[in-house]
Amino acid sequence: MEKTVSFHLNGKLTEILIDPNLTLLWVLRNHFGLTGTKYGCGIGFCGSCTVLIDEEPVRSCTLALSEIEGKSVVTIEGLAKDGKLHPVQKAFVDHDALQCGFCTPGMIMNATGLLLKNPSPTTQEIKAGMEDNLCRCGAHMRIIDAVHTAAKEMKGGK
Amino acid sequence: MKIRKTKPEKLIPTTDGSGMKRRSFVRLLGGGLFVFFNSWTFPDLFGGTPEQGRSLPKDYNAFLRIAEDGTVTCYTGKIEMGQGIITSLAQMMADELNVQFEKVKMVLGDTDLCPWDQGTWGSLSTRSFGPNMRAAAAEARGVLFSLASDKLGVPVTQLEVKEGIITDTKNTSNSVSYAELTKGQKIEKYLDVKPAVEDFTKFTYVGKSYNHADAILKVTGEAKYTGDLKLPGMVFARILRPPSHGAKLKSVDYSAAEKITGIKVIRDGDLIAVLHEDRERADQAIVKIEAEYSFNEMPVNDKTIFEWMLKADSGSNEIRSGGNLETGIKLSEKIIESEFLDPYLAHTAIETHSALAHLDGDKMTVWASTQSPFGLQEAIAGELGFKLEKVRVITPFVGGGFGGKGAAQQGIEAARLAKLAGKPVMLIWTRDEEFFYDTFHPAGVIKIKSGMDKNGAIKLWDYAIYYGGTRGSETIYDVPNVKATHYRQNRNAPAVHPFGTGAWRAPNANSNTFAREVQIDIMAAEAGIDPLEFRLKNLKDEKMIACLKAVADKFGYVAGKIPGGRGIGIACGTDAGTWVAHMAEVKVDKSTGNVEVVRIVCAQDMGLCVNPEGATIQMEGCITMGLGYTFTEELLFEGGNIKNRSFDSYEIPHFSSLPKIETLILDRKDQAPQGGGEPAIIAVGAVIDNAIFDATGARLYRMPMTPERVLEALKKV
Repeated sequence: MEKTVSFHLNGKLTEILIDPNLTLLWVLRNHFGLTGTKYGCGIGFCGSCTVLIDEEPVRSCTLALSEIEGKSVVTIEGLAKDGKLHPVQKAFVDHDALQCGFCTPGMIMNATGLLLKNPSPTTQEIKAGMEDNLCRCGAHMRIIDAVHTAAKEMKGGK
Repeated sequence: MKIRKTKPEKLIPTTDGSGMKRRSFVRLLGGGLFVFFNSWTFPDLFGGTPEQGRSLPKDYNAFLRIAEDGTVTCYTGKIEMGQGIITSLAQMMADELNVQFEKVKMVLGDTDLCPWDQGTWGSLSTRSFGPNMRAAAAEARGVLFSLASDKLGVPVTQLEVKEGIITDTKNTSNSVSYAELTKGQKIEKYLDVKPAVEDFTKFTYVGKSYNHADAILKVTGEAKYTGDLKLPGMVFARILRPPSHGAKLKSVDYSAAEKITGIKVIRDGDLIAVLHEDRERADQAIVKIEAEYSFNEMPVNDKTIFEWMLKADSGSNEIRSGGNLETGIKLSEKIIESEFLDPYLAHTAIETHSALAHLDGDKMTVWASTQSPFGLQEAIAGELGFKLEKVRVITPFVGGGFGGKGAAQQGIEAARLAKLAGKPVMLIWTRDEEFFYDTFHPAGVIKIKSGMDKNGAIKLWDYAIYYGGTRGSETIYDVPNVKATHYRQNRNAPAVHPFGTGAWRAPNANSNTFAREVQIDIMAAEAGIDPLEFRLKNLKDEKMIACLKAVADKFGYVAGKIPGGRGIGIACGTDAGTWVAHMAEVKVDKSTGNVEVVRIVCAQDMGLCVNPEGATIQMEGCITMGLGYTFTEELLFEGGNIKNRSFDSYEIPHFSSLPKIETLILDRKDQAPQGGGEPAIIAVGAVIDNAIFDATGARLYRMPMTPERVLEALKKV
């Protein structure tokens, strides 16, 4: 029942011989050591496991590995380039848009996906796009501000 | 500067609360200057109720180290769960010691490295731990001046320090750094006098805004939480759980689970677990276990719980009294009686309870998401029959606590399994387990009978709490005839709560502030007096008055009688040594019962504000979280069966819940810093209730204020 699954992981072509029914979340965490992608609920309600698959934000906790064959997966660890924070990451730092930080990777990945699709979102569009990512500490207001800032930064020539 | 000579061997006990000989800290950490310090103060957390008061042990609470390279490390049993003490404590340390902020490192929540601490709750880190940490730093600086005086050949009075370099004021080329002074030295001092409050105005870092010191780690995914750790040979555990609280295991068959390749089943009494190096294999195995239970459920559910409490065999304590209630009744022109209901609430930190346990030789090390590393250490040692020094608890970053990570269950479970399995065991609770074993905010009933004279002066305040807690139950208004009674479970009487309860951000102050501030609003409406004016008229507390005026000013409040159809609410209170006042504006859809919060403004007096940015974030977080208990959060249960077990059925605030939030911190640089992690949450329920009343004339007495309950209240208008 093991099978080779090949996909791009944070820009690198990757092959793994594995049970393709395992979920992306635990494979990322346990087999690739990419623990920035978090387990929060395991059934897709909280968004802390969000990664980008072909630039779309997806809940990795409910996604079987077989689904990503040939696709491109980006996790929080793959956002910064050459030691330089991605504009969304930088905006989260500048706005102090986090507290405990546990939902933060999922928030950042979801926001990045949102901005790839809609480079100039309104506040309402940000709220709608981020709606199903949960934060218990209450950093929401700052996250909205951070997404606005990142949008400006990304348009200014990435 | 006066340096006290001390003889450590006389003054210092041989062990601290961790059971570890104090000397071994020195061995562990190598050279440098050490200052040990004690925690002398413990604010009154429980509204003056002595039966719940606690006292701190007299052993050492934390210490700092100035390393040979000049970096300063503060070791404390406190933990970082997003509240930002990793930043604010470092600011205080940098200022008191006079070193660069960047040179200060915090080591948190490691029971081998840090002396005993009670745990991280009650917004105590800044107000209780902070002054002692600063006093220790001041004393360290004194010792360094003394050493510098010898080295530079000039009296202490001729020296000054800047950024860790002590300089001869008469010859600035004659200087020496902390690093040079501490190199190779082992000097210990013990603070045996209560530290004096320092002059905050000289501070460079305190009072300035700093973003979270750990932000870069957290936005890159590098920050390690317990569940992110991995040890060689580590296995993941899933534990067989009963279907409801009170269920007893009768029989179990785990043969099907054992057929999964690589699965190991462990049974130790009622603890039955499956272990596998892949978490998902353990997930698959646990559902293959067939178990039978016997049930002995309490005949109570989320609808009947309040009646259940009022009928229970309760003991009572008078927690406050003044004047005479009969006099109060005589002096009152109008008497109002109300009953307020408050449900069980879950904490729902996004990180579930996690622990990694590893038995190496005879020493058990447990990494855990906990607000109480030392409490966990004691619990594990007790459970395993280990000596305290043979258990080490290390606290990585904690993904939210809110009072819910004080219990020791997951750490004990992981430690037991690691001992039985002979391998490092990682236990990450599922969301379902998190909801089941949460130490919920207790449901409760609050009854108030209050009276006022014809001028709207409050003369009577008879307050009774049933099964909630007493924090935040102070009358705060200037009332001559007062009584407050706390009804709680009678000794030996059957349990009233069907499951575990505990602290939930500003424990019970949310419930008590809700009841009091809604009652005050009801009285203002009855008196025909503007609710701000009514409060100011009945208050003598200068800080409360200042906060109310400040919030009204920032809000742009125009006085008016209620209900005035504007949808404006007001509420105030105190918590953790801090004063808060809120104003809110809501819009109510009378056909659906939906309430839209347009705006919430909050003014806060927390004494000196160490990190204004950090404090502001905490206020915003409190207000946002407060909207959850106000509108949506309520644990549903039938007997011991918890019905809502994830975020689909237990709704916490989302982005769309968010109103415009504005905060104001009153400048009190002359006063000691107070708590900031909890106060701004306490009045959110009341301010919204009062705003709904102003909008519609409908009064709600029960949280959460769901659309159904709003519609029900509207029918009574």
